[in-house]
Amino acid sequence: MPVLTVREALQQALHEAMADERTFIIGEDIGHYGSTYGVTAGFLEKYGPERIRDAPIAEAGIVGLAVGAAMAGMRPIAEIMSVNFSLLAFDMIINHAAKIYSMFGGKFSVPLVMRTTNGWTQLSATHSQTFDSMFAHIPGLKVVAPATPADMKGLFRAAMADPDPVIFIEHTLMYGIKGEVPDGDYIVPIGKSVLAREGRHITVVTYSRMVHLSLQAADILAKEGIEVEIVDLRTLRPLDMSIALESFKKTNRAVVVTEDWQSYGTSAEIATRLYEQGFDYLDAPIQRVNFREVPMPYAKNLEQQVVVTTDRIVAAIKKVLNRS
Amino acid sequence: MQKRRGATQAEVPAASSLRSTMTSTPFSRARDQLGDAQLVELYRQMMLIRRFEEKCQEMYTRAKIGGFLHLYVGEEATGVGAISNLQSQDHIFTHYRDHGHAIARGLNIDELMAELFGKDTGTSHGMGGSMHFADITKNFWGGYAIVGSHLLLAAGVALACQMQKTNGVVMVFFGDGATNGGEFYESLNFAQLWKLPVVFVCENNLYAMGTPIEVHSSVKEIYRKASAFDMKAMRIDGNDVLTVREQVAEAVEYARSGQGPVLVEAMTYRFRGHSAQDTQKYRSKEDVEQHRSNDPVLIFRKELIDAGVSSAADIDALDAVIDEQVEASVRFADESPVPGNEWLTDSGIYAAPLATATVDPDLV
Repeated sequence: MPVLTVREALQQALHEAMADERTFIIGEDIGHYGSTYGVTAGFLEKYGPERIRDAPIAEAGIVGLAVGAAMAGMRPIAEIMSVNFSLLAFDMIINHAAKIYSMFGGKFSVPLVMRTTNGWTQLSATHSQTFDSMFAHIPGLKVVAPATPADMKGLFRAAMADPDPVIFIEHTLMYGIKGEVPDGDYIVPIGKSVLAREGRHITVVTYSRMVHLSLQAADILAKEGIEVEIVDLRTLRPLDMSIALESFKKTNRAVVVTEDWQSYGTSAEIATRLYEQGFDYLDAPIQRVNFREVPMPYAKNLEQQVVVTTDRIVAAIKKVLNRS
Repeated sequence: MQKRRGATQAEVPAASSLRSTMTSTPFSRARDQLGDAQLVELYRQMMLIRRFEEKCQEMYTRAKIGGFLHLYVGEEATGVGAISNLQSQDHIFTHYRDHGHAIARGLNIDELMAELFGKDTGTSHGMGGSMHFADITKNFWGGYAIVGSHLLLAAGVALACQMQKTNGVVMVFFGDGATNGGEFYESLNFAQLWKLPVVFVCENNLYAMGTPIEVHSSVKEIYRKASAFDMKAMRIDGNDVLTVREQVAEAVEYARSGQGPVLVEAMTYRFRGHSAQDTQKYRSKEDVEQHRSNDPVLIFRKELIDAGVSSAADIDALDAVIDEQVEASVRFADESPVPGNEWLTDSGIYAAPLATATVDPDLV
């Protein structure tokens, strides 16, 4: 099986999507600039400006036009360069993309895929946020946040085939991550979690980039005889907790790792589901590892204390296991 | 206060100033072009909207209709005149004051009244209500209730029309109050930048809800806002259905020919409050009465009779038919079933439902 980076896997999925003549991409700096993170590099040359639409810096417009075009039979991909900018398009995402199907009695839908990125690297307060829980809070949206190159491709294909609006969350610090990716038609269904690592002492429930940090933490702990099981949720809405619950019933202990603020964040929902549906199996309070709850500072020494690190995951796991 | 009837048309830039001869009028030209039956049809649509809206007010008072109710009374000439230029492959987006546009596009009033009553037979199965009429079979994409938002969706459908080469035009209605927010400017820029076939119809009824235009907009002549985008624009008398029809025809033709969007500012006035609950403290009774004396439906009715297009007796008979149709819509709505609880499950929210085993059934 070919080994690809996340970027290459996405490129493959996007090229496959472009085989459908109804598909076009609309976003900032996707064409002439050459793509901020390189995902659509070369696309303008290959598909032309009709289908690779460099848009004005106008996020509501980018998503709004894509919603309208999707309603009228196109299969657009709207790219919002950074999820921080998506706030300017929230009216289009929440009041429109998410509502149109039910508000008009199911007479038409919005087959839109909105790609966007989480991420941080000394970009300070307004360029380092994640809004996973804000998207996942909204009935009417489907929200995916894959971790591996294979899932990037497979879930992107599923998103493009889906008649509903899908928020596709990437991560700027993940584009270089490598992994095996099946050739040809490869679809990972939306709404299915997966076991990322088997273990018997504790369950880590996570998604996106935090899967990789959790795997590193598991490697460290393995040397101390602690076997960590890791569940990659892959989709945030609809949220498939079946594998996480199965694992929890085996290990009786859990840590939830998400790259967002803890209060009202995705880890709150995930932990609540474990408590609600796995209460009888609970041996210790669930721990959560998240961003520290401050606007992201610029200074590197401070930023490092805000973000989730492998060390913090290791510490949380040990705490739940009552080890030191 | 704006001068209404006979408000001058202004075009930026001028596209066609060859307004025929001295003697002809919008009325005579329309009569020549359409014939008498079509003129009566335009009247029928206007009066149907008027009577439907009056019945809605009554049903709202009787608590048959809930939520917000925004009536189109007084603005009928703009919607009917503008929409009369559209063909079947064309598209309409509108705002929350959407009853008039829906009726002008030929949506079934039984289904409209049922929607207002929250019934399963409504255009949106009772999921949308007054602000969200839609009928995809007529490319009527709906009323939208976030002011200014739907202009971007309209531009998106226009982009689809352009890419699919359907020769379709998108007409989008909004009020003067919608022209101050960012989505208005983003949509104008996108539309002009990509030469999208959109006819932006601003129904300038002089108030953003209850805030007068002098208070809400730095530029009082809305059509001038298009000049920032080098976009063709015009200001028209929105109170005269045939003037609206004639002027908007030019805009539709321009958009259809691929030259780009047009901003039409139709000067109009709503006789009722912003919504059914509006006490209208922001305008005087005298002002409203003065505008009411210039009623677009009654003026057109008189014009038809005076010109011998139709006899008073025939118009009276038509009015009676309309009254009966509106009554029938109430009966239909009353007798229709309410929507089922499936609308509260995933299948009511998603075209491809994805309920997972972990969702507590008690929660859905």
